[in-house]
Amino acid sequence: MKSAPLAIVVRTAGTNCDRETCMALERAGAKVELTHLYRLLEQPARLEAASMVVFPGGFSYGDDVAAGRIQGFEVRQSLAPALFEFVAGGGFVLGICNGFQVLVDTGLLEGLPQAGKREVALSSNVRGRFECRWVHLINEDSRCTWLPAGRVWPVPIAHGEGRVTLRDDAVLERLKSERRIVLRYVRPDGTRATSADELEVCPNGSLDQIAGLCDLTGRIIGLMPHPERNITPWHHPQWTRLSGTRTEGEGLDFYRRMVVAASQSAATRSGRIPTNA
Amino acid sequence: MLTSVTTSPTAAASRTASVDAWRIEVFRKSAHDDPEGRRAEAALCELGWNTAQNSVRVGKGYLLSAHLRAEQVERIARELLVDPVLEEARIVAPRVATPPAPAGVHRLLVMRRPGVMDPTAVTVERTLARASFAKLPNAERVRALTFTAYELRLALDTAALASAARQLFANEVIEELLVDREDLHFDFPQASSERSDGAVQLLHASDEELLRISRHGGLSLSLEEMRAIVAHYREVGREPSVCELETLAQTWSEHCKHKTFAGLIEFTSPAGVELIDNLLKQTIKKATVELARPWCVSVFSDNAGIVEFDAGFDICVKVETHNHPSAIDPYGGAGTGIGGVIRDILGVGMGARPIANSDAFFVGPLDLPEEKLPKGCMHPRRILRGVVAGVRDYGNRMGIPTVNGGVWVHPDYVGNPLVYAGTVGLIPHGMAFKKVSPGEKIVVLGGRTGRDGIHGATFSSIELHDESAMISSAAVQIGDPITEKRVQDALLRARDEGLYSALTDCGAGGLSSAVGEMGADCGARVCLDLVPLKYPGLTPAEIWISEAQERMVLAVPTDKVPRLLELCAAEDVDATVIGEFTDTNRLVLECRGAIVADLEMHFLHEGTPRPLRKAHWSPMRLEDPGAPACTDHRSMLLTLLARPNIASKEWIVRQYDHEVQGRSVLKPLVGVKDDGPGDAAVLQPLENSRRGLAIGCGANPGQGALDPWAMASASIDEALRNVVAVGGDPARVAILDNFSWGNCQRPENLGALVEASRACYATAKAFGTPFISGKDSLNNEYRLGDETIVIPPTLYVTAVAIVPDISTAVSMDLKEAGNALYQIGMTHAELGASQYSAQLGLGGGRVPRPDLALAPRRLAALHRAMAEGWVRACHDLSEGGLAVALAEMAFAGGLGATVDLSRSLCAQLPPGYDPLATRLYSESCTRFMVEVRPRHSEAFENLLADHDCARIGTVSELPRLEIRSAANTVLIDVAIEELRAAHQGGFRG
Repeated sequence: MKSAPLAIVVRTAGTNCDRETCMALERAGAKVELTHLYRLLEQPARLEAASMVVFPGGFSYGDDVAAGRIQGFEVRQSLAPALFEFVAGGGFVLGICNGFQVLVDTGLLEGLPQAGKREVALSSNVRGRFECRWVHLINEDSRCTWLPAGRVWPVPIAHGEGRVTLRDDAVLERLKSERRIVLRYVRPDGTRATSADELEVCPNGSLDQIAGLCDLTGRIIGLMPHPERNITPWHHPQWTRLSGTRTEGEGLDFYRRMVVAASQSAATRSGRIPTNA
Repeated sequence: MLTSVTTSPTAAASRTASVDAWRIEVFRKSAHDDPEGRRAEAALCELGWNTAQNSVRVGKGYLLSAHLRAEQVERIARELLVDPVLEEARIVAPRVATPPAPAGVHRLLVMRRPGVMDPTAVTVERTLARASFAKLPNAERVRALTFTAYELRLALDTAALASAARQLFANEVIEELLVDREDLHFDFPQASSERSDGAVQLLHASDEELLRISRHGGLSLSLEEMRAIVAHYREVGREPSVCELETLAQTWSEHCKHKTFAGLIEFTSPAGVELIDNLLKQTIKKATVELARPWCVSVFSDNAGIVEFDAGFDICVKVETHNHPSAIDPYGGAGTGIGGVIRDILGVGMGARPIANSDAFFVGPLDLPEEKLPKGCMHPRRILRGVVAGVRDYGNRMGIPTVNGGVWVHPDYVGNPLVYAGTVGLIPHGMAFKKVSPGEKIVVLGGRTGRDGIHGATFSSIELHDESAMISSAAVQIGDPITEKRVQDALLRARDEGLYSALTDCGAGGLSSAVGEMGADCGARVCLDLVPLKYPGLTPAEIWISEAQERMVLAVPTDKVPRLLELCAAEDVDATVIGEFTDTNRLVLECRGAIVADLEMHFLHEGTPRPLRKAHWSPMRLEDPGAPACTDHRSMLLTLLARPNIASKEWIVRQYDHEVQGRSVLKPLVGVKDDGPGDAAVLQPLENSRRGLAIGCGANPGQGALDPWAMASASIDEALRNVVAVGGDPARVAILDNFSWGNCQRPENLGALVEASRACYATAKAFGTPFISGKDSLNNEYRLGDETIVIPPTLYVTAVAIVPDISTAVSMDLKEAGNALYQIGMTHAELGASQYSAQLGLGGGRVPRPDLALAPRRLAALHRAMAEGWVRACHDLSEGGLAVALAEMAFAGGLGATVDLSRSLCAQLPPGYDPLATRLYSESCTRFMVEVRPRHSEAFENLLADHDCARIGTVSELPRLEIRSAANTVLIDVAIEELRAAHQGGFRG
C-alpha cells in the first residue's frame, strides 16, 4: 500500500485559510503537515520529505505594505533556493489567494529568485475594494496537464488585490505561448466575458481574465480563487436549489488531481514508476 | 527607473521643510491605473468638486531611521516597499527638503499623530529587525512611521483643499493633515505632564471639589461614589494614590459595572410605585434561571455565554457595543470594537476559537443634507463607510467570516451612531471554567502598551457633545489585527498544551480591569516597570489603565512559564511576566521601587455604592394614524424596497470575507444571483458533524420610541423567526441582549428600560429561550448647546440556534414554479413605526407585539415541517411586511408569483385601517412566507392547521410578482427585475 503524499502547508502570522486548505488536501488524499514559515526557514531540509508545499490564503503580516509582500520578502530571502531545488526535483508548489500573491512577489512563478525583475504583479481590484463572491473558472490548456482542459467550475473569491497586471503586452503573449495561463474567469457557460459583463465575470478586472498562472515547469501554480471553499455539497451558494445528487463541491477535484499529479511526479523522481509521457 | 533619490537640498527648500528621517514615497507608475486615486476623485466629486480623470494620485509614504545608510534604504525600498511592475519610489535623505511639487499640483500628507497605532509601521519594523542587511551601526532597531501622500491636480486654493481633506481623507482626532506643507514629524509622543505617582487630596475635599476632581480627571465617578471612596480612605487613614483612584474609576465605570442594571430603581408606573433591586436579575437573568436549560453551560458569568453544541464542543457568543469611539473615528472605533469582542471569545473559559462575526450599525439618514448636519457630527454616510471598512479590515485580517448583521437608519442616531460587533466561538467541552491560584505568574501577551485608549471605559459612560472629538481623542484607538491574529495562534496552542490556568482579555480599563478581575478572589501584585511599552514616558497610571489593544492576560503556573514564553517566541508573540497572583486579597502595584497602589480587592469589587435611581413609566398616548389606503401599490412596493432599512446590503456583505474557514452553509446572500437577503446565516462548525448553527438578529429602533415593551418583545421575536426560518430548532435557541439607551439618569429613559427589560423576561419565558449574555450602553445622547438628541431606545437581539442537520437548512429564494405559497401567522393592525408609515411620514400607531401564547407553538410546528423536508423556501415577514417579503423571495429565486391577497390571514381591523394596505405592509410578528411543493401541500397544511396557515398563492415561471385583491383586481403587477433593481438602488457605499 502506497503511503499518502505529504503536503506541507505553510502558515505564518496572518495566514487564515489553513483550516479549509488542510481539510481539502486531506480529503484529496494527501497527508498534511501545517508548519510555521519560520520553522521551515530554520530547517529547509524538511522539504525533502514533501511532494507539495502549499501557501494558503489569508493576510500574511496583515498585508501591510502590500498583499503578500512581507511573506514574499521572507521567502525570497531565506527559502527560495530550497524551493527551487524542491521544484526542480519534481515537487509541486501551490499558492492560493494570499499564497498566490506571495509566489508572485517572490518571483518564483517567473523563475526569478531576486526582486526588481518581475514582470507579473497582482494589483488592487479595479473596483478598489475587497470583494467576496462566487465566480466560474475554466481550466485552460496549460502546462498543468493534470487539470482537464475546458472544464468549467464554480468557486469563491475573496480578495482586494487580485488583478493580474503585466509589465507589457509582450509578457501576455509569452504567457500564452508558454501555456502558463492555467485558469480564467468565465461565464457559467464557459464563454469569455465581453466588456459589458467583464466585472461581473471577473470582479477584480484581471488582464485577459486570468485567474491562475504556473511557471515553466508547470509545478508552481498560483491562483486567486479558493477551491478549498467548495469541497462539501453545502459550500455552493445555491446548493438549496441544486439537485440533491451532488456529493462534494467542485473544488475538491482540483486538489485531488493535484495530489495525484504531485505523488506521481515524486514517484517518477525517485524512479519507482516509469515516465508515462 | 525604480527609484529617484534626493540627497542634496533643492532650490525650493524654503517652501518645504525636512524631517530627520529617510522619507520614501511610493506611487503608481503613470502607466498603471490608481484605484485609490480614482476613489479619492469620486469622493471629491461627491463633495461637488469637479475632478478630471487621473487628477489625483495616492502614494504610500514611509519614514525610516536616519541612521540607515543610503544603500540600505534603497534596498529596503526595492525589496520591501515597491512593486517593480506597478510602482516607483522617491527617496529623500534625512534633513533634506522634499523636491517641490510640479506647478498646479497640491500635496496633502496624512499621518497618524504621535502615539496613535500605526500597524504597517510596526510590521515594517518587525520585518527589518529580522533582515540581516538592514542593521543599524548602533544595533538599535530601525524605526518606521507611515503616511499617505495625495497629489492633486486641482484648481483649488489651499484653504478649500484643507476643508475637503478634513471631510474626506483625514480625521484630525487621530491624524495630522499637512496641506502643501512637508514638515512631517518623526517623534515619539511627548511624555505626560500629569502627576501620577503621588496621592490625590480627597479626604478634606468639599463635594464641589470631589466632583471637580472626578470631572477634571475624566473619572466619571458620581458624588456618591467619590464620597464612598473618601469614607473608605478615612478608614484606611491616608489619601488614595492616583493609581488607586484610577483603578476604582475604571472598575466602577458603568461600562464595567453596569450600575444601572444592577442598582436600585424606584419605578413609578400607572400600577403604582415599586422598588426594583437589580433589574438584570429581576428580568433578563431571571428568565434564564427559571428556564434552567440543561444545555446552558456558562451564562452571564464570563466574557461570553456558552452553550452545548455537539461532538465534544460548545459554542460561545458575545456581542458588544462600541458606540462612542465609532462616532469620533468610525474606522478605528468599529475595528477596535470587533477586535475587542474577538478577544472576549479568545478569553472566555480557557479560550475559544472564533468562527464567525456579526455586526450591526444604526446611523442617521444617509441622504441628510450637509446643512442639516449638527455641529461636530460626521455625516452618516461617512460614518457608515468608515465602520464598514473598520469591521472589514479587522474581521478579514483575523480570518473570521462576518456572516450576519444589519443596518438601521433613524434621524436620532445622527449625533450618536450605534455600532454592535459580535463573535461566535468554538470551545472544547469542559473548558468553560477557569481558576486563578495564588503564586501563579501574571503574563501579558500581545501588543505593547502605549498612551492609547486612556479613559475609554469612563468616556463611554458619559454623553457625547460637540467637542467630544477633541477632548476625548485619547479614548480612540486604531486596531492592529495582525497582532491579534498572532495572539490567537499562540493562545490556542498554549491552551491545548495546558500552559495556563486562567486568562482574560484586556478590554475597557486595560490591565486594571483584567488583573483586578482575575485576582478578585485572591490578590495580585504587579510591577509596572515590567509592562512592555511602545515608547517611553508613560506614567504608572497610564500604563495601568491604558486600553492599548490586542493584549491578553494569563495566569501561568511557575513551572509552565518557560514553555509558554518559548511557544510565544516561536509564534512571534511578545509575552512578559509582569507580576503574580497572591493570597493577600490586595491589589498591589509597584513602579520604580515604590508602591503606587495598595488596594483592598473587596472594596474594589464590592465597594460601589448602589444608588437609588428613579424611573417613570406611563404609556404614551399616541395618535393612531391607522393604515391609509394607497392608490398605487406597485410604486409603494418599489419605494419601500429602496428604503435604507430594507434595501440591499450587498455593498457591505461583499466587502466581508463571509466564507473564510470553510464553514459556511447558508451565506448572507442567497438565490440565483446571490443577492437575496437571507434571514440568517448557517454554519457547519465541525467538519465531522452535520449539526449546524444558525446566527440571526432582530431590532426595530423606530418602535422603541413608541412602545419599549413591544419593541423589545418584537425584536426577540424577529431574531427567533430569522433563525427558525433557515432551519434552526426553536427549542435550541439562545439569545443575547444588547441595549443602547439614552441617559438613564432621566427617569423616563430608565422607565422605558424597565419596560423593555420586563418584555425581555416575558418573551424569553414564553419562547423558552434563555438569554446567555448581554451588554448595555446607557448614555447615548448628543448634546449641542441646550439641545440634546437622544437615540431611540434600541435593543439589538442576537440569536444562535442549532440546526439539527445542515442538509435540511432552508433559504428564502423561491425554488420551483408550481409550488404553493403559504402565509403563516396572523396579520394585525400593527403599523406603528412600520416602513409604510415612515414612508408616509406618519408617527404613532400600534407597535407589533408577538402573541406569546400562540407564537412559540407556531415556530415549533414550522420547524417540524422543515425537519420533514416539506419547506422549499421560507422568509420571515418583517420590515415592509408581506409585500416586501414576497418581492424579495421572487427576485432572489428568479421566479414570479401570483398571490390572492383576500386569502391572506388578517385579524378584524379597527376603523382607519385600509384592509389592503394593512395586509400588504403591516409588520405583525411571528409571520412567515413559506414555499411548499404540491406533493407536500396536504401534509404541510395538516401539520400547520392550528397555527394560522393559509395558502395565498403559487410560484410561477413568468418572472412577475402579481398580487390581486378580493375583487380580483390587480394591485401589483411588476417584473422581478424591477423589484431587484429597486432593492439594489439605495446607497451603495
